[in-house]
Amino acid sequence: MSLDIASMTTAPAKTAVGRRRLWTPRPRPAQVMVFVGLLVLALIWIYPFIWLISASLKTQPEIFGAGLGLIPQEPIWENYARAWTVVGFDRYFLNTILITGGTVLLIAARSALAGYVLGRYSFPGKKLIIAIFLITFFLPEGYTIIPVVQLTDQLGLLNTHAGVILGLGAGGQVAATLLYAGYFRGLPKELEECARLDGAGHFRIFFRIMLPLAWPITATVVILTFLFAWNAYLLPLVFTLSEPALRTLAVGMTAFVGEYGTDWSGMAAAAVISLVPVMAVFVALQRKFVDSIAGAVKQ
Amino acid sequence: MTATLEQSRHLMESAERPKDGLLRRIRKNWWIYLFLLPTFLGYGAYTVYPLVASWWFAFLDWPGFAAQGTFIGIENFQRLVRDDLFWNAFGNSLVFLLVAVPLRVGLALFLALVLNRKKTPFKGFFRTLFFLPVVTTGAIIGVVFTLLLDASGPISLALVTAGILESPANFVAHSGTSLYAGVGVWVWKWLGITMIYWLAALQTIPEEVHEAAMIDGATPLREFRHITLPLLVPFLVIITLIDTVGALNVFDLMYTLTGGGPSFSSEVIEIFIFRTAFGATVPQLGYASAAAVLFGLLTMGLAVAQAVGIRWARRRTGAMK
Repeated sequence: MSLDIASMTTAPAKTAVGRRRLWTPRPRPAQVMVFVGLLVLALIWIYPFIWLISASLKTQPEIFGAGLGLIPQEPIWENYARAWTVVGFDRYFLNTILITGGTVLLIAARSALAGYVLGRYSFPGKKLIIAIFLITFFLPEGYTIIPVVQLTDQLGLLNTHAGVILGLGAGGQVAATLLYAGYFRGLPKELEECARLDGAGHFRIFFRIMLPLAWPITATVVILTFLFAWNAYLLPLVFTLSEPALRTLAVGMTAFVGEYGTDWSGMAAAAVISLVPVMAVFVALQRKFVDSIAGAVKQ
Repeated sequence: MTATLEQSRHLMESAERPKDGLLRRIRKNWWIYLFLLPTFLGYGAYTVYPLVASWWFAFLDWPGFAAQGTFIGIENFQRLVRDDLFWNAFGNSLVFLLVAVPLRVGLALFLALVLNRKKTPFKGFFRTLFFLPVVTTGAIIGVVFTLLLDASGPISLALVTAGILESPANFVAHSGTSLYAGVGVWVWKWLGITMIYWLAALQTIPEEVHEAAMIDGATPLREFRHITLPLLVPFLVIITLIDTVGALNVFDLMYTLTGGGPSFSSEVIEIFIFRTAFGATVPQLGYASAAAVLFGLLTMGLAVAQAVGIRWARRRTGAMK
């Protein structure tokens, strides 16, 4: 039970809960080992990131030549400047922000609208919509990519930001709609009845009353969609094969490998540039992150 | 995930029986369809249309988006069945799935059990730390690990120093290990989210169950085996389903880590589709579509099998919300 090192010192204070003490065996070597194992695993988990930051500040020969040491002799900030301007990560960064922003907006908007009516009203065709959602829930991206490219090509949107945004956000993402539907379903009926008595129409009710009430779901959907769009790869890759100026960070990174194959320190710096925004958002909002995901599963 | 399945069932039930005529009901509810318009258009064009169109494309000989496809019947499928590289990719995906999913689900459960104990110190810190790789970009992580796993990189160096390896080795560049290098990186990247699923599942077990077990003098191992584990079975099925689907969608990581190589040893189905459709000088869109259709069927089949599993597990353990 007690993996807890802290409790070994504070244990006497807890004897007030006398019976509990009886059940608590002394820390056995096995349990100490579990804790040590946890620590080692944690180190393995964080090591790639520490190595990456260290490599991004090293000189080229230092990365692979200096053994396991993580501290650079002298931080080379120029690596970042090179990745940012010479390789074009400034451009990729902007593209990623535009595409992620557009995708998040698109998914949140259409999911909230659809979730509201699916959650609160019954109408002809509802069962059909739900059935289609279920059938397509696990549709892999590798399955849809060819028709999506063909469609985007027909629409004349290949090699545009709008094309990538539609490709990422217009279809799929059933979970967001169902999250909204579940939440709206749980809100009391009186809300609409009162508002209707006051003369509010459907759209007023939705935008003034319902949507603001659903902000926890909006936060969850925005966070999950942000992750999805920022990290997307296959679709942006295929959409930008003939238009390098449209690359996102993820696509730019692989192009970097192809074009400047041996510039490891520049690559590491570029990777840090690409990863920092998602990781920063995560660290800032980590409670919300974890609760969103746990909530989405548990409900 | 449970959410979505439960949700959809509730939604289905709440669909009322019609009282008025169909047309009148549609007219009365016109605004509802206006709310659904973005979904109709977007989902219809970008999900339902591809679902159907892929089947049509699979019967075409179609050398590029600019060209016109010609109908060739089931020739693509006949060719696929005889294509060693397709079966190689299919097999690699299956091996990936069979090795990586149990590893990820099992290790995550172990971590969740440890982190769910009241007395484990720094729980929040560990949880954050294990979750960190989840939010990162798969394609970037793939590139980063080509450096980490290089023969002169830190992982090989550490293994040699520890005496586990005799000489430096590049795991990504060897056909015997490249797929498993992908498995390792994938488990590292995604373990945190499965751990969160498990923690959420463990929260549903009331504290009293644990206390009762202790009063009865159950050891932690026995308690886990006979009490916790049976209660977790429904979650096990769902979590395995989510992770299985994840294991079939590893394009970003595998493509950037190994590119499917060396000599196709780590080419998974998605890379096969991508290579056939977009990577070749003459795109074979019909042929790639045929492979995609089979891939889709495989995914759906696994999903259906596990959905049946969920039902079975529910019935077995009684009520689970």
